[in-house]
Formats: sequence, C-alpha cells, structure tokens
Amino acid sequence: MSTESSKLAFTDGWQYAPAPESTDHVQVDAEYGLFIGGEFVAPAEDRYFETINPATEETLSSVALCSDADVDRAVKAARKAYSGTWSKLSAADRGKYIFRIARILQERAREFAVIESLDGGKPIRESRDIDIPLAAAHFFYYAGWADKLEYAFPGRKPVSLGVAGQIIPWNFPLLMAAWKIAPALACGNTVVLKPAETTPLTALKLAEVIRDADLPPGVVNIVTGAGATGAAIVNHPDVDKIAFTGSTDVGRLIQRAIAGTGKKYTLELGGKAANIIFEDAAIDQAVEGIVNGIFFNQGHVCCAGSRLLVQESVADEVVQKLKDRMETLIVGDPLDKNTDIGAINSATQLETIQSYLRLGREEGAEMHQSACKVPERGYWCRPTIFTGVSQSNRIVQEEIFGPVLAIQTFRTLEEGLSKANNTPYGLSGGVWTDKGAKIFKMTQSIRAGVIWANTFNKFDPTSPFGGYKESGVGREGGMHGLGAYVRLEV
Amino acid sequence: MALSAIKSNSALPDLGKVALVDEVGVKERAARFQTRSIKNESKIEALKMVLSMIDLTTLEGQDTPGKVRQLCQKAIHLHGSLPELPHVAAVCVYPTMVGIAKKALGDHDIKVASVATAFPSGMAPRQIKLEETRIAVGDGADEIDMVISRGAFLQGEYGYVFDEIAAIKEACAPAHLKVILETGELGTLDRVRRASVLAMHAGADFIKTSTGKIQPAATLPVTLVMLQAIRDYYYETDRMVGMKPAGGISKAKLAVHYLVMLRETLGQAWMTPEWYRFGASSLANDVLMQLQKQATGVYQSADYFSKD
Amino acid sequence: MAASGSRVPVDKTYKIYIDGKFPRTESGRYFALKDAGGVVIANICRGSRKDFRNSVVAARSAFAGWAAASAYLRGQILYRIAEMLEGRSEQFVTELMLQGESKRRAQKEVDASIDRLIYYAGWSDKYQQIFSSVNPVSSSHFNFSVLEPTGVVAVLAPDDSGLLGLVSNIAPVIVGGNTCVVLASEQMPLCAVSFAEVLHASDVPAGVVNILTGFRDELTEHFASHMDVNAVVYCDGDAEDAKAIQEQAANNIKRVIDRVDTDWGEALAQNPYLIKQTQEIKTTWHPIGS
Repeated sequence: MSTESSKLAFTDGWQYAPAPESTDHVQVDAEYGLFIGGEFVAPAEDRYFETINPATEETLSSVALCSDADVDRAVKAARKAYSGTWSKLSAADRGKYIFRIARILQERAREFAVIESLDGGKPIRESRDIDIPLAAAHFFYYAGWADKLEYAFPGRKPVSLGVAGQIIPWNFPLLMAAWKIAPALACGNTVVLKPAETTPLTALKLAEVIRDADLPPGVVNIVTGAGATGAAIVNHPDVDKIAFTGSTDVGRLIQRAIAGTGKKYTLELGGKAANIIFEDAAIDQAVEGIVNGIFFNQGHVCCAGSRLLVQESVADEVVQKLKDRMETLIVGDPLDKNTDIGAINSATQLETIQSYLRLGREEGAEMHQSACKVPERGYWCRPTIFTGVSQSNRIVQEEIFGPVLAIQTFRTLEEGLSKANNTPYGLSGGVWTDKGAKIFKMTQSIRAGVIWANTFNKFDPTSPFGGYKESGVGREGGMHGLGAYVRLEV
Repeated sequence: MALSAIKSNSALPDLGKVALVDEVGVKERAARFQTRSIKNESKIEALKMVLSMIDLTTLEGQDTPGKVRQLCQKAIHLHGSLPELPHVAAVCVYPTMVGIAKKALGDHDIKVASVATAFPSGMAPRQIKLEETRIAVGDGADEIDMVISRGAFLQGEYGYVFDEIAAIKEACAPAHLKVILETGELGTLDRVRRASVLAMHAGADFIKTSTGKIQPAATLPVTLVMLQAIRDYYYETDRMVGMKPAGGISKAKLAVHYLVMLRETLGQAWMTPEWYRFGASSLANDVLMQLQKQATGVYQSADYFSKD
Repeated sequence: MAASGSRVPVDKTYKIYIDGKFPRTESGRYFALKDAGGVVIANICRGSRKDFRNSVVAARSAFAGWAAASAYLRGQILYRIAEMLEGRSEQFVTELMLQGESKRRAQKEVDASIDRLIYYAGWSDKYQQIFSSVNPVSSSHFNFSVLEPTGVVAVLAPDDSGLLGLVSNIAPVIVGGNTCVVLASEQMPLCAVSFAEVLHASDVPAGVVNILTGFRDELTEHFASHMDVNAVVYCDGDAEDAKAIQEQAANNIKRVIDRVDTDWGEALAQNPYLIKQTQEIKTTWHPIGS
C-alpha cells in the first residue's frame, strides 16, 4: 500500500532476510595496552576504559588510558626512533616499510572491516568496500612518495620535521589513521597517534600490523585516551607538528594552545556543505548524490552534503524522489550486509542529533523521516529531512553530524552561490548540472576545499582534501598532502 | 495511419523535456544494488518470483514445431523433484510458431508471447509489420513483443516511431504490447530514457530492453534508466507500465539483483509477472539449481536439470 | 646444466612471450647460447619479423584496456612483479652467473631490478601530478594539460645487461599505460625469458609486454619501421646505427628515444622523465560561465 507521501509502496511484500557478516575469524583481545616503542605496554596509571559496540551497547574491549607520563614516553620513543633509525634509513627503504603496511592491510582486510563496524557502528558494506580498501590505498600511495619527495617541491629540498602528534576522529577510524600516518612516515617523520576514545580498536590492530611489518620500534606509537590525552600530545614540547581532525571547536582550542610554540599544524575540522542542484541536472542521479552526501556513514562525515540547495523549478520533484529513495534505506545492524545506515557512534552523539531534531521543529521547519524500523537496543537515527527552512535557522547554520538534511530552494545561480558561501565553514560542496560551463563557474566560485560536480563523497589517495575558513587549514592526500610533513630548505 | 482510441496519452510528448541521465551515476547506483545480499527465505522467495516472471524464449532461425513443443513442455514442467514451483509467465516465439505453442500449452496458465514487426531488425514496410502482428494475434498470441525503428529514432524522427508504436498497439488488441527499444543500438542512456518515454506515451503496456540478438543486451544500468522512466510516467499519468529486461541474464544471482533493483525503484506493486518479465532461456535452469541448492544445502550440477 | 649426482635434471626450454603465451618462434630457427668455455647453455629462439608483427598486433590489442586501467591498479601490478621477482631471485642469479656474471654482481643486479620495479610502481599515480598542469589562459576557459600514453612502444633492450637494463626499460613504459614489444639482449637472453614468466604470474594482462629473443641485426629495422608502433627505444649502437633507426622511425613519425650509454646501475637511471618520454600531452579547453 502506498503511503500518503508516496505513490509507490516500499514496505510489505518481499523483504531481505538477515545477511550477517561472519565474525568468527576476527580477533579482538579483552584488553589492550599502549603501543609504544614497538610493543604493547601497560599504562603508567594502570587505568583502562571500555569501548562498546554502539549497535548493541555491549563492551568489546578494555583499552589503556594514556596518561601524561605515557604521552611523554611515547614522544621520547618517537624521537629516539626518528634520530636513531628512521631518518638514517634510505628513503627507498622507508618506502618499502610503508608498502608492507599496505600489503598486510590488504591481506587482513576483512578482519579490519568487521572490527571497524563493531567498534564504530558503520555498515559492514562501507567498511568492507570503502574504508579499509582506501586505507590500504593511502599507505600504498604514500609509500611510493618516500624516495621521490624532491619532485614534489621544485626548487626546494624537502626535509622531515621530526615527531608528529596526530589526533583522529571516530567517523572513519582506520582511514583517518592511514591519512595521518602514511604521509608522515613517507616524509621521514615518526608518529604518536591517538585514535578517538569511542573507536580505538582498528588503530590498535594497525599497531599489530606495524609490528608485523617489522617497522623499527618507535616509528609509530599508538596511544589511547580521550581529550586529556589529546591535550597532552598537543602541548608536549618535543612534538614538532600537530595534525588534528575533529570538530571546529576543538580545532580552535588546539590552534590557541599551539600559538607561540612554532609547531607546525594542520586542522581538518567541521563542515556544512551545500549540495546544489540546478534544474538542468540529471535529477535521478542528483537525488542519489543527495542520499550519498548526507546519509552515507550515518551523516558522520565532515564533508557531508548537509544542506540541499535545489533550484525552485525542480524542488518538488527532487523532494518527492528523495522521500521515495529514503524509504528504501535500511537502518540496522551494522554487521548485516544489507544495512545502509548503521548505528550512531555514541549515546552522546545521538543526544546531540536529537537535540537538533527538536530544535529544527521548534524553529518551525517541517521534519520528515523514513518509515523504517530500527532495532531496540543501540543508538539509531532514521534518515531525516527538514523542509521549510531558511538560512538563519540553526539547523542550517550548525553542523549536526547525523543523517539530517536541511532543504532550501534558490532561483538564480547567484543566489545559490551566495547561500552556499554564506557560512563560516568551507570544506566541501556539490554541484549538479548537465552544463559544463556552469560546473566550472560554480567550482570557481564556491569557497570550499573540495568540490564535487555531478558526484559526491568521492575520495582517493591522490586527491587533496581540506577546508577553507573554519573548516580547517592544510590539505591531506595527493601531492599537496606532503607539504604538511616537511620543511622546505633552499 | 490514423490513431484511433488508445488507452493512454496519444500525443507525442515533448522529448526535449525528457530527464537527463548521468551515466557514471547510473552505473554506481546499479553497482550498489549488486551489493545486496539476499539469503535464506528471502532468496527462495526471490528465486520463485524470478521463475514466475520468465518468458521462456526460443527465437532462432532453426526453430521447428518440435523445438517449440519441447520448450512448452519445459514451461509446463520445469523440474521433477522440487515442490511448489510456480510456472513461467509465458513462452516467447516467432509468429509462425504461435499456433504450435498455443496448442502445446493447452489449458495451462502460461501466456504465448510473439515477436513481430520484422524482429529483430525492424526493417520492413509498415504494412508488413501490421499484417504480421494481426496474424500472430489471430493465431492466439496473448502478447506481442515489437521492435522500434531504431534508424528512424536515431535520425530524430520521433513522430514516425511514435506513430508506428501506436499503430501496432491498435492492431494487436486485445493482446498486450511490449515495445523493444534495442538499447544496445541506442548508444546513450539519454536516448534510452527518451525512447522509454516515447514508447509509453504511444501506448506500450511493457517496455523491453533488447531483442537478445546483439550485444549488449539487458544490463542493470539500462534497466534502471527504464524503471525510472516508468516511475516518472506513473507519477505523471497514474498508468502502470511493465518492464522486461531481455538477453544476457543467465544467472539466478543476477536475476535476483534485478528484483532488488525493481523493488527499490518501483516498489511492491510491480513485483508480479503482470508487470515484470525476464526474457531468458537458460536462466530457468540456473534458478532451479539454486532452489535445489537451498533445499538440499549442496551445490548442484547441470546434469540433473533438463535442457529442453 | 648437467649436475653431478644421481638425478637427471630437466633442462628448461627458452621460448618467447607473445600475447600472454609462450610460443616458439614461428620461424623455427634458433641460436645456441654458449658459456665462456664454449659449452651450450641453451638453444634460444631466433625470433623473426613475423614474431615481431604478431607481437605488435597483441600489444595494440592490449593497449586500450591497459591504458584505461587505473593508475592504482597499474601500480599494484608493478609491485606484484617485484614480489614475484623477489621470490624467484635465486633463479635469476643462477642465470646471470651462467652468462658470465659473478655471484656478487648477479645478486646486486637482481636486487636492483626488484627495487627498480618498486620505484616505478610508486610513480604510477604520481607522475601525472608532477607533469600535468592547469593553464591560466586569458579567456574564460578552464584549460588543463594531462599526459596520455603514446601507445605501442618497441624496445631494443640494452645488449650488455642481462636483467637490470631490461627491467629499467620495461617498467617506465608500462607504468605509464603503454604496451610494448621488447627485444632481449642478444648476449644475455636467459633472464628476459624468465622475466616473461614472472610477468605472466603477476596479473599483467596478455599483450601488455611481449618479449622476443633473436639477432639485433635482423630485427632492428622492423622495430624501427613498423607503422603501428608509436615509439621506439634503443640503448646500443654507434652513430650510424642510431641514424638508421631514426630514418626508419620517420615512416610514421615515431617518437625516438635514445638511451645509448646509460649506466643502468646508477641511481639516476631511474627517474620519472623516463616515463614522460613515452607520454603524449593533451590539452583541453572548456568555457567557464553559465
């Protein structure tokens, strides 16, 4: 029976039976220490915290809480490895070690994918098909740069910095670790990396890979903890460079903390990207692009297309098709191969999203959610759209970081552009039109670091990523991503 | 040829307003359907649905009455040991074989579909195509699978193509009309979309991808574009049009993914043989093998399934 | 090849490599490769112009698919070739020693060949980044220049190198998306044939690399003159030889790449400009406007 919002019937009839990914080949230890100096060691204060599966709220493992003393130990190990071994190796040999990491990740891909979904809540199909292959590809790409750096900086001699302190978020745990570690190592630096407190597991498994790849001890150190651990890394005097991906608020704190220290830094922060659909777009594919842009990874994506700007002449059609498409999205067990939208990463994040849903309605917008069932235990949010919103609504201005889309209309290109740029953020944007000239005009004029034309959320190790304005500073990926990890001498 | 009363829109639609199609986007969406994992009871249900939607086909120059009778026998009796099998939707043959098929199928609830209009090329004068259609229907065909004039379409002679479909539609009454676009000759997905819109407005009851005589035949991307055209037409006119991908679907797993695509594009109302068919010949046996595997837990050999 | 001890060894037949298969030369001819003491090591195929012709057909047929493969995939395949070669390095050391190298130098050469493959694997998805450009034209156009592989490359591998010279000339050609037909060293052909086996085990599609053995003086003119070859690479010969190649190449304005007197053991003997030499540059304009 069709619902009142759709002439098509997507419920009832033939359903998909559960298609669980098998997990019996996966090894997660009950407890993990800190990976410092090439081995797992107990934390100085003997304190641990738990990481849970957000789909079931069950504890997966107990991981060490890294104290200030542990951070100091890790930085010392990284410094020793840097001066003693890593900077003395030939660049080609450095590359070979990084190639090994890539190859081992490829061999263990399925195990990593399962653990990523268990720990973070993202669908197994995404971990399997996107996160893990891309992570391996990043290591493979940067491995190749190790002995070729002089070609990336014409007229200059690139020199490694020393020890890099790296803090990564929970939305693409392994991939973010790859984005940080690979270029740092390729450029001759050593690393102290802290994964997010809700998703430490794949970073710890990566530590095993690094150990199995026989990297000299201390080249990569992985320490688990929360904000205090991150602060200790940022503030440590013997760290030469900070790389942070996370919220703009924390990025601001870090930039302040580093002020006056001479430390190099890159920040990859929040976003509120506009996905702009013109009337001459290939509409069906644009709708798919919207779905991909905001519902992929539960909307936990800094570059998510969280604002839809649709030209008024096609707005009704687009919204209708979007609603129909939303009805086919499956929210559920991340380990089910048919799940499209997995669990929200944590209770905290779910509360944040829900507060925005309340706010949106309070602000007078009209909320629509798909009719899908969600499981009882765990943290879930159905795909949601808000219509009847305006530029001043907080749900249009602020980053929600969930599967929630704010929809506005525009009439002319200039208006669409103006709305797209009217934000303190500038990470990404999407343009949908069949007209080539218009694409280039828009990409020229949108103030964002990554612009997708007739596509969205595409990532590649060769393609630089990073934001304008409060979405951050610096670029990761591609040839341009090397610059953050070297000093250029004449 | 004057257009007399036709069920649907009888006016040539404004083909300049037909939706644009982005090929890369379509292929990505089509590929995503193939990541759906259909297991256990949903797999069995899907496999049976596939069987019930098959137009069991023989369209060879070397077809004889004997061959057609064998095909009909297979249609009636797919497999010895599997219980509760649905029957196929139809058999599909050349016009000269319609009478044979009709007699061989007797009272069984299996339709006889006939190709017509100088299948597969469509290169014949219009009066021949009309006459052929009438003969097939006269001999008992329940459905006519016609081909569009691709040359005229590629030249931009949309009025010609439209009129031809409308004329065949009139001539084939009361049989249903499937219109074959021969997507492999149209070149781009934009053209596929345009041809779909044209055919539906001209009165097609079903739109069909291919004759199966050239490569490429049916593909997931091409079928997706056609399903989207059907959906938009339905929103516009409230009239349902059926879909038939034909040729190139010989594996059960792929056929199940076609059903996934159907379900997630048009929804439940289209998931019956009344609105969806597979044009296939060897698909049936692969489906039977998969059903047997589901029933016994053991991988099968083709030796145990009759090749008619 | 005759070993002391009770077991009778099985001698290897050295064939050529065309279109992913190992045929003998269609001419049926051979030449005997002898060691320093005059003992026959193996009978080597004396490749013919028809073998070369067939190879070009295979290379041309494989080109579209190889050029369309992603840079990442090509890089992975080159890395795989390195993995396979590493696994079989002992065989290559033995073959080099049979052909007169000392064990130490042979091992060094094999190690260098493996490392060179890894070096070029690493360039697959980067050379485009350093050699392409977006050009700031003064009209309202988006203008960009990218590299594209030139097509089928005929390679006359260095005669004085059993393996490293061969690998040094194949890797930069194929990492850039070209396919090739290679004439192995006449003095030291053994490793070339074994290397074909390594390629074959590494997911290199049929026809991307074709390896022939035979006499230089018979085959060079065909390598240089074939109308369906886009570029010719040569590494040996005097001024007269070079002139002859260049004249024949002019038939179809072949790109001529002179690598004579290169010391393949040197660090600079690997660099991205060697990739660029078998690339074309395509510039595209598109209006910027609404």
